[in-house]
Amino acid sequence: MNKIAWAHFNSGNWQKEIDVRNFIQTNYTPYEGNEDFLSPATERTKTLLKKLNYLLGLERESDGVLEIDTQTVSSLKNYNPGYLDKNKEIIVGLQTDRPLKRGVNPFGGVNMTRKACEAYGYKLSDKVENEFLYRTTHNEGVFRVYTDEIKTVRHAGLITGLPDAYGRGRIIGDYRRVALYGIDQLIEEKKKDKTLLGMKTMDVDNIRLLEELYQQITFLGYLKDMASMYGYDISAPASNAKEAVQWLYFAYLAAIKEQNGAAMSLGRVSTFLDIYFERDIKNGDLTEQQAQEIIDDFVMKLRMARHLRTPEYNELFAGDPMWITETIGGMSKDGRALVTKSSYRFLHTLSNLGSSAEPNLTILWSNQLPRSFKRYVAKVSCDTNAIQYENDDLMRTKFGDDYAIACCVSAMRVGKDMQLFGARANLAKLLLISLNGGRDENSGEQVAPPHTPYEGEYLEYDKVLHAMNFYRAWLAGIYVNAMNIIHYMHDKYAYEKTQMALHDTAVHRFMAFGVAGMSVLTDSLSAIKHAKVKCLRDHTGLIKDFEVIGDYPAFGNDDDRVDSIAQEQIKLFFEELKKNPTYRNAEHTLSILTITSNVVYGKKTGATPDGRKAGEAFAPGANPMHNREKNGALASLNSIAKLSYDVCKDGISNTFSIVPQALGHDLEDRYNNLISILDGYFVQKAHHINVNVLSKETLMAAYENPASYPNLTIRVSGYAVNFHKLSQQQQLEVISRTFHEEM
Amino acid sequence: MKGRIHSFQSLGAVDGPGIRYVIFMQGCSLRCVYCHNPDTWTPSLGEAYDVNEVLTKILRYKPYFAGNGGVTVSGGEPLMQWQFVSELFQKLHEVGIHTCLDTAGIGDLDGAKNVLLHTDLVLCDLKFSNAIDYQLYCRGNLDHVLSFLRLTETMSVPLWIRHVVVPNLTDSEENIKKIHLLSAQFSNLQKLQLLPFKKICISKYDALGLNFPLRDYDECSDSQIQKLSEFLSELQIANFGAR
Repeated sequence: MNKIAWAHFNSGNWQKEIDVRNFIQTNYTPYEGNEDFLSPATERTKTLLKKLNYLLGLERESDGVLEIDTQTVSSLKNYNPGYLDKNKEIIVGLQTDRPLKRGVNPFGGVNMTRKACEAYGYKLSDKVENEFLYRTTHNEGVFRVYTDEIKTVRHAGLITGLPDAYGRGRIIGDYRRVALYGIDQLIEEKKKDKTLLGMKTMDVDNIRLLEELYQQITFLGYLKDMASMYGYDISAPASNAKEAVQWLYFAYLAAIKEQNGAAMSLGRVSTFLDIYFERDIKNGDLTEQQAQEIIDDFVMKLRMARHLRTPEYNELFAGDPMWITETIGGMSKDGRALVTKSSYRFLHTLSNLGSSAEPNLTILWSNQLPRSFKRYVAKVSCDTNAIQYENDDLMRTKFGDDYAIACCVSAMRVGKDMQLFGARANLAKLLLISLNGGRDENSGEQVAPPHTPYEGEYLEYDKVLHAMNFYRAWLAGIYVNAMNIIHYMHDKYAYEKTQMALHDTAVHRFMAFGVAGMSVLTDSLSAIKHAKVKCLRDHTGLIKDFEVIGDYPAFGNDDDRVDSIAQEQIKLFFEELKKNPTYRNAEHTLSILTITSNVVYGKKTGATPDGRKAGEAFAPGANPMHNREKNGALASLNSIAKLSYDVCKDGISNTFSIVPQALGHDLEDRYNNLISILDGYFVQKAHHINVNVLSKETLMAAYENPASYPNLTIRVSGYAVNFHKLSQQQQLEVISRTFHEEM
Repeated sequence: MKGRIHSFQSLGAVDGPGIRYVIFMQGCSLRCVYCHNPDTWTPSLGEAYDVNEVLTKILRYKPYFAGNGGVTVSGGEPLMQWQFVSELFQKLHEVGIHTCLDTAGIGDLDGAKNVLLHTDLVLCDLKFSNAIDYQLYCRGNLDHVLSFLRLTETMSVPLWIRHVVVPNLTDSEENIKKIHLLSAQFSNLQKLQLLPFKKICISKYDALGLNFPLRDYDECSDSQIQKLSEFLSELQIANFGAR
């Protein structure tokens, strides 16, 4: 069987054991040409797209949720097959029996599911409620063990976004394995692992792993059954490109039916799939138009993936995201670019199907990428604002050449690493409780162990650092404890059976911690060091506000006097985390990433010594606070590039926004300039950048939410101004003018 | 050598080729009616920086200059501080960084010569096509600007000429034709760019308590610039054919 499916492939270690990387390396065809070969959307694709867009419109009109099946608990085999258009679809499979209909998935927590149903005018059925009367959810398990202290810290917003009431996500199954090997061989390999483990001593770790393997094997069987409900037998390897995409998609679909993880990323599939496309095209079995059609159809399916969330969850992670991250590009260790025609085909869906946030297309940037590919992605960025960039030259040294990005910035070797994700520590608030002897600056409550509060009218740098040392160690300890509890319970009650079946049995685990408010803390300490900061106390002695006298260097201006404070504080926090042992001996990692939650964290945090008012939003991720960059966008990039990826191995996120006119006079200039910016930023070992080359519509969004567009620059005749430095009235004026022209 | 500087812009992508680090010098003797930087007029304002201090700042951006990027000195009028600019450009050449001078072409020609020795590209604003308007709307001398342009030609420094299009003031095809003819006489001309007039600077005038003379004029739209640029291309093709 395998002989037919693998015909014309170059042989290698991949035939002896599960080794997808080796299959790619021995078989892929690098492409160094430009995008001229790409095909437009076919009539079939356009017809389906029209239908999908109609349904998406209906979904928007229904407050963002089209329909909820409150009777059926989501899993691999619980829904009848669903179709967008059974006769026209090339790639099949939906999460439920109808497009955009959402299932319920109470394994993370039944409370969350109940609330989510109610938020959209539904009621969780008695049937599901009764089923879960006799089941423990992840959420219940966690709260059985949480200490009062953890609950207090969580409530106060010192640690926010703990995955204790929903699926943790950020695990990428190696969905490619199903296409390359078929289910039966994957089951065989897992059975072998189980037999070997059975010969070992039955200690807690081994018993747990054996039970997990049992579950993995069971769910691989379910995955096969699920496919057969759609009329496909995936027990053997895929034998052509269409099958490879279908097999791979079934595996991903099974994962999102089973889990409503916070981020359900796809991995690094385009160059893998390209091997099948190349073979079929070479054999005359497939045309370019058909190849594009298959990928268009696949991406349409990905764009239909949904999870049911509560409004509170959306407040943290706005915009109903799934983070179906597909990682594209990068280099092989041997110096060949991992760019193929299918890398282009995936990016081309943004043109054939229109721009979209999902799948989350992520370019692994290397200075050595072919120029024509750099130009093409720069063009796609300018056209759509839909892609992000991460530094392959940096990550390749740590993760090799077959890693992928989960969520936004988290790298892991596909099928070999997984991560235990969770939350962010609010560093700005840590500073405030350190000054207030463990009392919350908003409520006055004692939320941390009492200590002598800061005495004296003016803040002195050394004394403030000293106070922080105690509370930093304390917070790091609580944080690791909370994460250990969460992941113990997640493994126990909501283990990712399908996804983990698509990992090596001996998987490497990261425990991914995070920080928020980095630039607020940095600027606060800079103000204390370089200006004069006076404490303003209420009648109980609580420091509620500050008066900043004089100027201070702010983060984002490429000024070492302050950038070094950021470097130091991040390192100190990470070192404290590492002092605390983790569940399953996971490797500690850290990210500076807030997604959209910087607004919520800001809300929960009182006034800070940098002059930020109480409740004011933080800057997103590692971005400098807005209005504080005085030297333009590259100075800001240089500051962020100084943050060490060795310390923040889980990623350093930066959002960069620029108007097309400020990037160059004509399109070709803009593409070239964007390439120069990316090359210049990444050669300094920076990790990540979101690029917005803003269209006119996005100016409107920037007006509504200026904090999300910190670098937005507009060019006016002989001069450039920062958009958010304009008064509201001027901003409106710019917007109305631009719209008028468009009409 | 110290110079008075209004501000730095680390990401300039429209003042010369590639990514430019832009230095806005303080001080200008012209008073162009559409000036967007009235805060750069007074020579005594801004902050004094040593050449080496500025050089250190610039070197941090060298990774972005790959290809054809570099440094653009703008203003204000950079030639008013030609000693500083000349020394800076010389030092930039020593480290292999491309230099671009964004000027109105006014000031002492001997000083300009010293700067041009170390200049890779001149961007010169040709503001009006006749001496009377130039005097009236800018308080400047067109002949002097043309002398400066001739100097760039003599010294073989590549030249881009730029012209701001203000509706109902400089947007006639007749005017564009004149600007084209004035520019085309210089054999070192590589590009003639039309820039749209915008009014976003009004708040600066208000803050300084100054009157913005073109307050009642309309801004120039993208489509207008597009149209005039096409008109200009036709002229240039015709001109080329005649040669």
